[in-house]
Order: sequence, then structure tokens, then C-alpha cells
Amino acid sequence: MGIRIPALLLGALLAVFTASDLRAVEPDEVLDDPKLEERARELSSELRCMVCQNQSIDDSDAPLAKDLRILVRERLKAGDSDQQVLNYLVDRYGEFVLLKPRFALHTLFLWGVPPLVLLGGGLAIFLAWKRRKRDSGGEAKQAPLSADEERELKRILDDSAP
Amino acid sequence: MMAMTVEFGHYALVLALVLSLVQSCLPIYGALKGDRRLMAVAGPVSGMLFLLVGLSFAALTSAYLSSDFSVQNVYENSHSLKPLIYKITGVWGNHEGSMLLWVLILVFFAALVSAFGRSIPDTLRAASLGVQGWVSAAFLLFILATSNPFLRLQPAPAEGQDLNPILQDIGLAIHPPLLYLGYVGFSITFSFAVAALILGRIDAAWARWVRPWALLAWLFLTLGIAMGSYWAYYELGWGGWWFWDPVENASFMPWLAGTALLHSALVMEKRNALKVWTILLAILTFSLSLLGTFLVRSGVLTSVHAFATDPARGVFILAILCVFIGGSLTLYAWRAPMLKQGGLFAPVSREGALVLNNLLLTAACAAVFVGTLYPLALEAIANEKISVGPPFFNLTFGPLMIPLLIAVPFGPYLSWKRGDLLAVAQRLWAAFGIAIIAMLAAAWLSGAERILAAPAVGLAVWVIAGSISEILSRARFRDVGIGTGISRLAGLPRSAWGTALGHMGLGITALGIVVTSAFEVEAIRSVQPEDRFELSGYEVVFRGVAPRRGANFTEDVAHFDIYSGGAKVTELEPTKRLYTARQMPTTESAIATFGFSQLYISIGEVREDGGVDLRAYHKPLITLIWLGTLVMAAGGAVSLSDRRLRVGAPKRARQQPSPAE
Repeated sequence: MGIRIPALLLGALLAVFTASDLRAVEPDEVLDDPKLEERARELSSELRCMVCQNQSIDDSDAPLAKDLRILVRERLKAGDSDQQVLNYLVDRYGEFVLLKPRFALHTLFLWGVPPLVLLGGGLAIFLAWKRRKRDSGGEAKQAPLSADEERELKRILDDSAP
Repeated sequence: MMAMTVEFGHYALVLALVLSLVQSCLPIYGALKGDRRLMAVAGPVSGMLFLLVGLSFAALTSAYLSSDFSVQNVYENSHSLKPLIYKITGVWGNHEGSMLLWVLILVFFAALVSAFGRSIPDTLRAASLGVQGWVSAAFLLFILATSNPFLRLQPAPAEGQDLNPILQDIGLAIHPPLLYLGYVGFSITFSFAVAALILGRIDAAWARWVRPWALLAWLFLTLGIAMGSYWAYYELGWGGWWFWDPVENASFMPWLAGTALLHSALVMEKRNALKVWTILLAILTFSLSLLGTFLVRSGVLTSVHAFATDPARGVFILAILCVFIGGSLTLYAWRAPMLKQGGLFAPVSREGALVLNNLLLTAACAAVFVGTLYPLALEAIANEKISVGPPFFNLTFGPLMIPLLIAVPFGPYLSWKRGDLLAVAQRLWAAFGIAIIAMLAAAWLSGAERILAAPAVGLAVWVIAGSISEILSRARFRDVGIGTGISRLAGLPRSAWGTALGHMGLGITALGIVVTSAFEVEAIRSVQPEDRFELSGYEVVFRGVAPRRGANFTEDVAHFDIYSGGAKVTELEPTKRLYTARQMPTTESAIATFGFSQLYISIGEVREDGGVDLRAYHKPLITLIWLGTLVMAAGGAVSLSDRRLRVGAPKRARQQPSPAE
């Protein structure tokens, strides 16, 4: 879905830590070329302001974030591709700067869990269904109540009577 | 006498701890031994617990109201000049006070169950209240041992340090109480699940007794999260409404699990199936609430919510977390295999749809879970620092919502046991047509650049139209005519309306998210007085900055006139505030609502020459995000008022007449 959710963090707000206040992208930083500026904004929202709490450099008012925003724009003006800009920043600041961690051995679990839960859960449901279908003689649609179930039902109805 | 109020509150809290230990033991022992007198202890003790913790809370509140700075908690978080409302809300605007509110709501729910849970069998009610007693005892001990709000200062300071200015907002009056009512409300479903496992009796009736409580907690959690989101939106000044912040995720995970629980409990109640899974979900939902409490309260995540910096607190909550989650899951592993599975169903059926709902919600919850905790775990284990931010969640959580939204309109149409997908699809043709029209309209508006917006809009409209079409089809206007149709609509079970409203609310929220994300217009610029610029058809004129003085702050107010079609439609006054006590600046954005859309301006630096830097947005249909959650919560409330849920369901719900069955 074409949903770009702004990458800020509630916690980040903590002006407590950065005694200045909201500025984020300042007018003097904005590039003249709108295409380039849009790429810069997209990239900025994927880069972490490293002195803030979970905030992207696009949203942060910290001086370091401003430096990074200007750096991103300089690299773009120099003709770097998006990937080159990201690589450049990771080389300088480490992977911590990326809000979307790279897929690698140490993030295998991170990226693996959501699809694994989906597929594993789906498989478990399928197997459980097959097993129960087999147990009940392959007739899933009109299984009559077993004696146990009848008792169970009776008990439930009795329970809620008073 | 007044001087003793605080000690009285402290004493009441200690007494509550002792009583909660009584509640932890006697009723459960009684339930296991079949001793009615011991079980009967649960009711009055629950009432007393609520009374004592309530008195304790009142004592702390009175210390805030009288600005008694000899109390350390009041000194650190209040100020004599603070407006009255923030003196009250400041009670829970800090670690100690918010934990007290947490426990107050915990014992409140126990008291509710003992007062209104008459239809629940005595043994189950007594055992559940006993389990609730364990949770109360653990958290009361936590407060008294590590987070006591009643500690005194000697000598008493003359003035307080004031409340964090960001918290000095009406949002603090609403957001935490609602959120806690939801978060902590799921303790009841947890207690019911653990009690049922202890007693070894779990059947469809269990789901019927538990569902109203799950619904109640869910509806408060929905409102609490939505309120928090709106608060962040207008207070933070960046125009964002959801940040995938760990603190937000901490409340979102129980919501996802709780939503799954509501749906699976339905299968359990109606068809006696999914019992093992529903019990597990009830345990997991509250476990995620506990995890959220740990994340927020321990200081593991340093953020505005993490008032705690004392590691003892973190370790204590972690211990509570391990005991309750570990204990309940062990009990589950031991008892669950004894459960017999009930009603069979074909893959394409109402049950099948609800299973799909659970699968997708669980996977979504897992994505949020791993994204929130993985960086912490990696740092603790491998000492490697990585960041997991919005781009990760958009990639993992987002795609899971697509099949979920596609499937939602089908669910209520499918019959139990075995459904006919083709027949349902035929009955949804009108909703499908409306969705296609919405999609084409969005494609026409968005152009080639944001072409992904079109199917997303179509999907959201599909959910809304699907829910309307479902409720209308139950009236069978075509067969019975308008008059009878309307009376049929009025005669539908409330739970049918609840389902339709819940799903419609989801669609409305989705529509707001999609439209505002795709069609938002932003302007970042510096302006001088009398400068004007255009924003999405509105003309914004900057009139200048003037100083203003509030009760405990000073501010620079920027004045903007907004014109549309040559006529002035409104004025906006975003400000930059300086809270004098803490010398802390904040940004107050200004918002004007036009229909469902909003114009949003916040200012940055005010320059010597009278100019300002600003960020202005036009956010189309953004209010739908929160209106949708209100509709969802209304759906929950309507369901809750259903007679069958209210009076403990004397009749089997399966007998209810409904055209879909």
C-alpha cells in the first residue's frame, strides 16, 4: 500500500533531552530540485537521528540530524543513488543509522518471524483441520453431536439456568 | 487532620496488600475444595480492596490539590500555579501515581466482576477473583517496595518542580485512564482463563461469560489508543499520528491480541470449538499488557512515558512478568491437552473466516512484537545496536492488513459450519461495485505518481460498503418491503449491529489512513508578516507574532488568517511556549477542521525580524482515522448491550433468527 507513515517517535519528542524545539526540516535546507528534494525526504525518513529517541532525521530538530539531512542532500546533488547514500551513511555511522535493518544473519530472526508465524500458523491450522476431518470419518459438514458433546451441552444449559 | 491524609493513604495501600493476599488464597482454595464459605470471601474482599485503593488514590489526589510539597511525588510533579485540572491529572502523570492508577483499575475490574458477575458459576467466579488477587498483590507490593507515591520530604520545599509540560494537556486527563481501563481490563480474561485451567473445566459457556469482559476492555483500549494517537498528533507538532514507537506498540500488541480474542471467543461460544486457542489468547493478551507495562515502566525504553530510572523497578516488574506469564503458560501446557475439541467446521465457514482473522492478527501482532523487542534483545545478547523503525513495520505489518481487509466483509455473511463463498460473493456485488468506483475515483485524483493509493482506497471503501451491505441484507428489503425491512433492522440482535459497526469503523479508519497518507500536502517555509502562500486551495496569510502569558508559561503566538475562495474562513494561532518552572519550550500546533479534513500549522524559531519558520499541512480526511475508532468502540458498546451478553445468555445464541444462517 502506498502508505508512508511519518517516522517519528513519541518518545523522541523529549525536548527534555534537546532543549531546543521543533524545527525538523528547515526552509534553508530544502533543495531547489523538487525531484531531488522528494528523494531526500524519503531517505531522511529511513535514517535514524542517532542522538534522539527513535526519531528519524526527517523529524528531528537535533543539530546532528540537521547535519545528516544536509549530508544526504549533498550526496544526492553529487549524483549518488539512494542506495549509495545509505551505504555511505552506514559506512560512517554503522547500521544503527538505518530504521529498516538490512536483511542479514543477525536480522534473520527479525525479518523471519512475521512470515514464519503466518506460514507456520497456516500450516498448523491446515494439519489440525485434516486430522480432525480424518478422525471424524471425513464428514465435516454434518457431524452429529457425540454422546460426550450431548452431555457437555446439557451441562452448559443447566449451568446457566439459575 | 489534613496533614495525616497522606499517611492514611499509605496505610490504606498497605492494608490493601494484606487483603489482596487474603483474596489470593481463600477463594481459590474454597473453589477447589467446594467450600462455599471460603468462596464467598471473594465478593466482599474485592469490594474492600477497591475501596482501600480508591481511598489511597484519593489521598494522593488531595495532596496534589493542596500542593503539599512535603510529599516527594507532589514536589517532583506539581507546582502551586499549575491549573486545577493538571493538578488532578498530574496524579497519574508520573511513574508512582500511574502505577497506583493501574492497580486502582485492576481492583475496580475485580469489584465489577463480583458485583455484576452473578450469572457466572460461584466456583469460576471465586477462582477468577483469586487469580485477580495474585495480580493485585504483586503490583501492590511493587508500588510499596519500589514506587511509593507517599514518601515525605523533610524539610518540605516551598515550591514544586512542575509537571512535564508536554503532559500538561487535556489528553493526560483522558488517554491514560482509558488506556489502562483497556490494558488492565484484560486482566479479567486472563484471570478467567487461569481459573478455568485450575478448575479444569472449560466449555462454551466460559466464552459466553468472558466475552463481555473482553469486549469492555477492548472498547476502552481502542479509545485509549486512538486518544493517544490524536494527542501525539496535535501536541508533537510534526503532524504524525502513529510513529511505531515502542510505547505505542506496547499498547497496540494487546489490542491486536484482544481483537483476535473477541473473534475466537465467538467461535468458542457458538460452536464450542477453538477452546485451546481461545484460552491461550486470553493468557497472551494480558501477558502483552504486562509486557507493555514492563517496557514502559522499567525504563528499558527511554521515552516520555518511562519515568522510571531506578533499575530496581525494572527488575521487579520483570520478575512479575516472568512469574505470571511463565506460570500461566506452564499451567496451560499442563492442562490444555486435556481439553476436548468441539464443533467441526469446513474451511469455508464463519468459523473458518474467524480462524483466518486470528491467523492474520496473530502474525501482525508477532511482527509488532519482534520489531519492538528484537533491538533490545540483540543489544543485550550480542551487544549490537540496530534500529527498527516505521519502514520495517510498514513492510511487515502493512501487507498482513491487505488480506485481512479483503476478508472482513465476507466473514459475517458466511454461515456457521459450512459456508458458500460464491453465494456470499454474489451478495456482496454492490459493495464490490462501490469499492471499484471509489478506486477509479482515487486513481483519477491521484494520477500516475501515487497510483498505489487507488487500490488502497478501494480496499477501505470495500470494508465500509461490505458492513453496510451486510446489515441491510439482514433486513431483506427486497423480499419484505421497506416498512417490514426497517422493523426487521430494528429487531436485529444488538450483536449484529455491533459487528457491522465494528467492521465499518475499521474501514473508516483505514480510509482515513490511506487518504491522508497519499494525498497530504506539506509546506515548509519561512514567512515574514503579511506573507501569503497557497496550500491545497486555501490561502494562508501570516499576520505576525505577539507574546502572550498563561498561568504557568509564556508564549509567542503566530497569527494566521486562512482564506478560501477569497473569503476568510478561519484563523489559526500556533504558538511556541516556554514553561517557566522547568524552562522547557514546547510547540503548540494549531488545527482547523474542514469537513473531515484538517489544516495543520506549527511554527519553529521566531526570528528577531518578526518572521517565523513553519510547517503547514493539508491532511485530507484525517479525522476519519479517529472517527473510525469511535465507530469501532460504539460497535463494542452496542454488542455489550446485547441482552444475551448482558444477562449471561439464558438461551443458546444459535437459536437466534438470522438470514445468514
